[in-house]
Amino acid sequence: MTAFAIEADNIHVRFGDYWALTEVSFAIPDGAFVAVLGPNGAGKSTLLKTCLGLIRPQSGLMRLYDRPLAEFDASRMGYVPQIKTLDRSFPALAIELAASGVLSAWPWHIQGALRRQAMEALEQVGADHLASRPLARLSGGELQRVYLARALIRRPPLVLLDEPATGIDPAGERDMFRVLERYQETEKATIMMITHDWHTAVHHATHILAINRRLIGCGESSPAFAEEMLREAFGHIGHEHPHREANA
Amino acid sequence: MIEALSLPFMQRALAAGVLVGFLASYFGVFVVQRRLSFLGNGLAHAAFGGVALGLLLDASPLWVALPFTAAVAVAINWVRDRTELSGDTAIGVFFAVSMALGVVFLSLRREYSADAHTYLFGSILAVSAMDLWITGGIALLTLLMWPMWKRWAYVAFDGELAQTDRLPVERDDYLLSILIAMTVVVCVKMVGIVLIAAFLVIPAATARLLARTFAQMTVYSTLIGVVSATLGLLLSYDLDLPSGAVIVLAQAVCFFAAFAAHRLRR
Ligand SMILES: Nc1ncnc2c1ncn2[C@@H]1O[C@H](COP(=O)(O)OP(=O)(O)O)[C@@H](O)[C@H]1O
Ligand SMILES: [Mg+2]
Repeated sequence: MTAFAIEADNIHVRFGDYWALTEVSFAIPDGAFVAVLGPNGAGKSTLLKTCLGLIRPQSGLMRLYDRPLAEFDASRMGYVPQIKTLDRSFPALAIELAASGVLSAWPWHIQGALRRQAMEALEQVGADHLASRPLARLSGGELQRVYLARALIRRPPLVLLDEPATGIDPAGERDMFRVLERYQETEKATIMMITHDWHTAVHHATHILAINRRLIGCGESSPAFAEEMLREAFGHIGHEHPHREANA
Repeated sequence: MIEALSLPFMQRALAAGVLVGFLASYFGVFVVQRRLSFLGNGLAHAAFGGVALGLLLDASPLWVALPFTAAVAVAINWVRDRTELSGDTAIGVFFAVSMALGVVFLSLRREYSADAHTYLFGSILAVSAMDLWITGGIALLTLLMWPMWKRWAYVAFDGELAQTDRLPVERDDYLLSILIAMTVVVCVKMVGIVLIAAFLVIPAATARLLARTFAQMTVYSTLIGVVSATLGLLLSYDLDLPSGAVIVLAQAVCFFAAFAAHRLRR
């Protein structure tokens, strides 16, 4: 039984001569639902990508379940990227995207056990009817579900989501939280989600991690702590309203 | 047309045409989905530099152009990965340098060579037995690399997702660029430097209009590539026109037919 799912020890990330993250240290307990808060450009996506091993920190150590990141099996992490990065000109079906999460490669042909597994994953997020739909024809919310199916298909203990609520309607958002919370209950998984939403941080998250190129704070979620973190993270920038209308 | 098939040079040209049509249209699907058509163009001009060097050294131009163009492909990738320059900028630099070197090499050679025209516009008469063997070797290598399809495809969909699965994305990219470079070189004699980029792109673009999946796109593209190369070659012989131009026009007919079908279906 490990105490911490994610431990960051003095992480520094640099792009050219720009320090995107400086002295970031925190520990996320196993089984937590962490909301990552911070203004645009605060380094939230950078932090998530550092956890995924996509970005190598300039210095500092990232440990997942008591192991150095490099030794942590990639198949034990599920990642839902920001959907705005999708290349809609790529010819692909929803079921292929889901199956790519099993293969760690793009499928040539989907049949037998792979098809069953991909269909189950789509069913779990209520997207089985979309299986043979081209990705280019999916709405933001539908696409988000398919990405979620892909992320959960190998039942990873750690799930990382980058602004999954952006571009989906409130009903779609409720569905997503229902799926995530059911998944977390059955798998005892740890979830880290970047969000701009106070409501998410207070009502869904167990922990809040606020950053703005440096750590602002990390702790258990409560309305008072969320208020304080949002004020500190956004306060000095002042151009972004922290509440849910900010997404509109 | 039938009696033409009994001529040895025509048999060689057709065999080479099928192989080259397959190679270009297979790698074309990655070129199109990763928006690398400028790379195809840049490598074609690098191949010109390599061919010119071969002519200057009085060596077999293909044997010189293959390593030369592959080295340029590696250099383009290296500059893109190690600096803040974009891929297009890196290609633009090497494109110009190779072309300039090619012009210098040809001038140093002094005697005018009719070959240069062949390399610019392509000719079926130019395909030697050695060329055919080299092309066959590269086609075989490509078939042996078949397991790479699913990784290159994954990167074409989303390189970042592929990286989260810890795939060696950078190394796979080098391999793909080198194979595209070699494909470009073996296309040079038949298609000509001027039209190679189109030769890489049109079958894949046509297939994209017809396909729902990347696997389908790959199959359609190679079929279109092989069929249009064969028909184009036979027509170019019949009409006594440069092979590269006729093949590309045959591809274009497929493209516009697919485009019309695509519009009608909507
Ligand atoms: N690959 C990169 N190269 C250079 N700069 C980057 C790169 N990725 C992010 N940045 C910069 O780092 C900062 C933080 O980016 P990001 O983590 O995406 O912010 P957030 O997700 O919090 O909005 C931004 O200023 C961004 O421009
Ligand atoms: Mg971001």
